[in-house]
Amino acid sequence: MLRKVTLLAAALLLVGGPALANSGVEKPMAVDFSFEGPFGRFDQAQLQRGYKVYREVCAACHSMSMVAFRNLGDPGGPFFDPKYSAATGQTSNDNPVVKALAADTQVPDIDGETGDAITRPATPADYFPSPFPNVIAAKAGNGGIAPPDLSLMAKAREGGPEYIASLLQGFGPPAHGVTLAPGQHYNRYFPGGVIGMAPPLAPDKVTFDDGSKSTVKQQAEDVAAFLMWAAEPHMEARKQMGFSVMIFLILFSGLLYASYRRVWRGESH
Amino acid sequence: MSGHSTYEPKNGFSRWLDARLPVGRLVWDSFVDYPTPRNLNYWWTFGGILSLCLAVQLITGIVLAMHYTPSAATAFNSVEHIMRDVNYGWLLRYMHANGASMFFIAVYIHMLRGVYYGSYKSPREVLWILGCVIYLLMMATAFMGYVLPWGQMSFHGAVVITNLLGAFPVVGDAITTLLWGGFAVDEPTLKRFFSLHYLLPFMIAGVVILHVWALHVVGQNNPTGVEPKSKADTLPFTPYATVKDGFAMSLFVILFATFVFYLPDALGHADNYIPANPLVTPSHIVPEWYFLPFYAILRAIPDKLMGVLAMFGAIACIFALPWLDTSKVKSMRYRPQARLYFFIFLVACVILGFCGAKLPDDQVIPGLETFQLLDSKLNSWVWLSRVATLYYFAYFLLVMPLLGLFEKPLPTPETISSPVLGGDKKD
Repeated sequence: MLRKVTLLAAALLLVGGPALANSGVEKPMAVDFSFEGPFGRFDQAQLQRGYKVYREVCAACHSMSMVAFRNLGDPGGPFFDPKYSAATGQTSNDNPVVKALAADTQVPDIDGETGDAITRPATPADYFPSPFPNVIAAKAGNGGIAPPDLSLMAKAREGGPEYIASLLQGFGPPAHGVTLAPGQHYNRYFPGGVIGMAPPLAPDKVTFDDGSKSTVKQQAEDVAAFLMWAAEPHMEARKQMGFSVMIFLILFSGLLYASYRRVWRGESH
Repeated sequence: MSGHSTYEPKNGFSRWLDARLPVGRLVWDSFVDYPTPRNLNYWWTFGGILSLCLAVQLITGIVLAMHYTPSAATAFNSVEHIMRDVNYGWLLRYMHANGASMFFIAVYIHMLRGVYYGSYKSPREVLWILGCVIYLLMMATAFMGYVLPWGQMSFHGAVVITNLLGAFPVVGDAITTLLWGGFAVDEPTLKRFFSLHYLLPFMIAGVVILHVWALHVVGQNNPTGVEPKSKADTLPFTPYATVKDGFAMSLFVILFATFVFYLPDALGHADNYIPANPLVTPSHIVPEWYFLPFYAILRAIPDKLMGVLAMFGAIACIFALPWLDTSKVKSMRYRPQARLYFFIFLVACVILGFCGAKLPDDQVIPGLETFQLLDSKLNSWVWLSRVATLYYFAYFLLVMPLLGLFEKPLPTPETISSPVLGGDKKD
């Protein structure tokens, strides 16, 4: 009884705690992501589409400084190929798709001979370059507020990937009583409703290599899934290990219970 | 440790060692032959569970410290480096972060068990106070640990909590300056919090040794609250208690693993995945769930200093419990009225937890318009927290002393092994 009450309290706090007061703003839409639930996994094709949306649209303004090109080919990642994994004695650095994606992007560097600032094609070891040289430039180019880094965005907002997918589809005419200054936009999922970001997505803005129809909904959900992967790249490994751990613990608990019954047999208590 | 030792060294080496440093005897007497009341229920398994929690936190923490850098510029990124690039770093960090919550779940159950069965009463007052010291150290450790990732909630939580100490007259400002290592929460604060966060767990381990020592001097309480009178009342710790504790631990680890592997961020706050920015204050600063009842008590009082005193007073009441409770009967199994007040106390604590997570002026019952009472509408979290705070203190300062004088307890059994008729009902 005592324990139930305490656990219930903890569970209720867990639900009630983060519920912030953002009245007048809609709750994120429910999206049926493949990675939800205890057995959920990333949909690799969706991650690849999401990467394309990020690279061609988001990366123009948003940095993603904690993700390196090599991560794209890590287990559970968008371009993971078992041929280039620990099983074959290779790493994602050897993955030709990852190498090609890296080489498509220019990164800043220092010339090893002269010390001059240069740019060169990225290698898999390089982290995603930032669109602005520094925070001041990022602010100056975006109405005084730097676009946030997207590395952890899917974990840094209530609602996570569903919030991101909703936000990207949530632009529209301002609600009654909301006036927008120049450079501001209305978004019914953004706290307060007024957002600096212009609607980034449009039908057919990104051409998907797998032939998926390029609707705003498709782009939004794909990039949200990609951002979830970027924020939690080891999610698949975590859930897989969790399954083994649970099986072990349940069997082990059963064994301990049997031992307990046997040891205590015949003892009144 | 109490009574005659039955340890018999089995071979030459253990005889040699026993004559010089009897650690084998200590372990035998404490964890094998140690007599435990035969009627202990599962609420008594949380002591063992807590030692497991401490071990998990120490081991994961020591490894995490190998990869973490305590610097305002790099702390946040080093945590993400652990999450992304360190082998099984995500596992270590999720175990450590959720382990703190598990630690508090277990300690709250352990403490409430002590309250329900009167485990703080003579001769266990020192045992109880040592437990309270451990709890106090745990709170300090958890608070400083939460600051280390240097996210938005880390930073602004640290600002709010350290500012509270500034409310004390005369010494307040000096204390906060010392705690900050400057005039605001910044680089020196993070560095000293990291140092103390590494130190305090070892102090906890030290007090745990004293706690176990004191326990083994006075022996365990039990669900009847009647002290063991003969050998028939007890069973040796091993195998009886070890196997039962082991089973309970295993179930507890299932709960722990559920959070680590499937809900790793459920007990945290999304804002802490945003790097600390002193210039942007989160719209709603909340502490971790295990501090919420105390946070609610703090905010229930309109005056800052009085609020801080009430918050510390709420903890002081727990320390003073052995002398606040006047009842001669230990276990609430034989105190029906005390049981009722105890369960109301539980509800009050849960309500305080909710109040701590809400904005004070928001409505408890949405849409219900009520009148203004002093600083807020009656239908607000702050007024609910005031009611619950009042009960919290009334429970310790009125119910505990007075109930023992006026209540009519049920008859208690003569001994543990021969309980009186109808007295040994399970609960």
